[in-house]
Amino acid sequence: MIKEAINFLSSPVYSFTGFLVLFWIALKRIDIVGTKKFGWALLIGTLLIFGWMVADPIFFSIISLPDNIPIIILNALVFWSTWFALYKGNQNDIRIAAGEPPIEGTPENREKVWAWPNLVYTELFCGILCTIFLVVWAIFFKAPLEEPANPTWAPNPAKAPWYFLGLQEMLVYFDPWMAGVVLPGLILVGLIALPFIDMNPKGNGYYTFKERKFAITAFLFGWLALWVFLIQVGTFLRGPNWTFYGPFEYWDAHKVVAENNINLSEIIWIKLFNVGLPKNILLREIFGLIATFAYMVGIVPLITKKWGHRYLKSLGAIRYYILIFLLLSMMSLPIKMYLRWFFNLKYILAMPEFELNL
Amino acid sequence: MSEGFAKKVANTQVWKAIFRHGPPNNARNRAAVVAGNVFLHLHPIKLKKSGVQLGYTWCMGGLTFFVFLALTVTGVLLMFYYRPTAEYAFTDIIGLREHVPLGIMRELHRWGAHLMVITVWIHMFRVFMTGSYKPPREFNWGVGVILLVLTLLLSFTGYLLPWDQLAIWAITVGSNMAKATPFLGNGGPGAALAKIGDFVMVSDKNDVRFQLLGGRFVGEAALLRFYILHCVFIPLVVAILIAVHFWRVRKDGGISAPL
Repeated sequence: MIKEAINFLSSPVYSFTGFLVLFWIALKRIDIVGTKKFGWALLIGTLLIFGWMVADPIFFSIISLPDNIPIIILNALVFWSTWFALYKGNQNDIRIAAGEPPIEGTPENREKVWAWPNLVYTELFCGILCTIFLVVWAIFFKAPLEEPANPTWAPNPAKAPWYFLGLQEMLVYFDPWMAGVVLPGLILVGLIALPFIDMNPKGNGYYTFKERKFAITAFLFGWLALWVFLIQVGTFLRGPNWTFYGPFEYWDAHKVVAENNINLSEIIWIKLFNVGLPKNILLREIFGLIATFAYMVGIVPLITKKWGHRYLKSLGAIRYYILIFLLLSMMSLPIKMYLRWFFNLKYILAMPEFELNL
Repeated sequence: MSEGFAKKVANTQVWKAIFRHGPPNNARNRAAVVAGNVFLHLHPIKLKKSGVQLGYTWCMGGLTFFVFLALTVTGVLLMFYYRPTAEYAFTDIIGLREHVPLGIMRELHRWGAHLMVITVWIHMFRVFMTGSYKPPREFNWGVGVILLVLTLLLSFTGYLLPWDQLAIWAITVGSNMAKATPFLGNGGPGAALAKIGDFVMVSDKNDVRFQLLGGRFVGEAALLRFYILHCVFIPLVVAILIAVHFWRVRKDGGISAPL
């Protein structure tokens, strides 16, 4: 009963929305999240839920695949590092509010110490721990080896390595040229451009949240919601034919899912106007072109008027418009996801004649 | 007694020949041990206390480098037993599994590769959360982003080498994305425009996917390409960029701290 409910709620439309709500609450109430008590509660709660889920044979059979172990380790580290960075940020924010320097800037911590032994021994210690961890992992889990390569028979589902499964999951919502080339490219460009866009001089060299609210929120959103979360969906919740399966659901290859996604042009010309699709490509896709143009260009002055004007002033025009372009590109993914879930929208702009589908 | 023995050892000609100074138990020798050793001199001689605290750095960058070294060692060992041809690749992996008692080299290499992807991500997260990409470290952040991509490519190219179903279909899924590159991939937007009469300029015989795989599908040519990229080309580039990365950490003022 509970398991069926979880299977149901794991469906991306609910789990992603739930994740966004939790994300929003967490960043709103950083004063609660960034405490040791909350950290312990989070740890114990997660372990209890995870332990209960592992007891299920189907869930266990998926997560115990040798190549899925790294994702469990990633999840543990992501949970810990996110909470810990916010905890340290919260501690520093409290100190700064009281007029003290951040903990990294106290006279005691500014003092210089010898690299030998202080740093060298720490590195040695971490290296030894890491070696032990790796050797134990290697002893208990054999590296997977399947049937010899056979180019004529594709396994179902055929999955990319786990670190690319977020991109493969994006393929549900975007064509490969967006999900596999343009969006990953923009992630890289955006990351490299980050220090040249973020002109906030505060928060350099210490943990903080309040002094860098916007930068941290945007980064955490991309990292947690659009990268790590989608990897989970792609790994644990996608079975044969890339169909959705709940965590306790048997991967039945015959599960039938009604796929009746339609393009924006079809919605407007056929459903709304009740006429056929125009022969002329530009006329057929005029609404998609307008929507795309409005989203990437037309909306910008509105954003600037409502929220952006002070950033426009402090960053200068070039930095500001690059920032807006990157943010809009990032938000195009969740927007497309919700359009799919709510309206079965396949493509906003569909020009298969040029392989140009959005 | 033991102290006397240590002193005696430190006074031998052999010790002095190797280390050039006494044991690092006073300020002069502690400086000399770091400055006089080609590996340790990557570190500054002294650094701010905040920069050595595990609570600040999480040691994730250091661990990424450590795992990279472990992967180099295990990778070289694996190369002794592996031939990158469609005929032998799979059977060589079987041989590693069947004929090496208690062998865990392939496991160490595979799990180490996964671990390096994870540590490099968490390292980036830490650097972001401490604002360490801000001036004067903007350039080094960019080098780090490229190193992260190269780490993913290293792992991705290595994924093909066992030449089993998992390998070739994961690489097929991944490399199919290259087909969709705008203008450069056969199935990407704009490629159909590049036509002179009936002559198609971007076909599946010359687009980026073909260049990557050395063919139209993941076959023997792709295996050799991925092998060389994985074992020679990308590690060389990574090693050079790691040197730049570490050098710039020091030149930019060491591990970040409040200004």
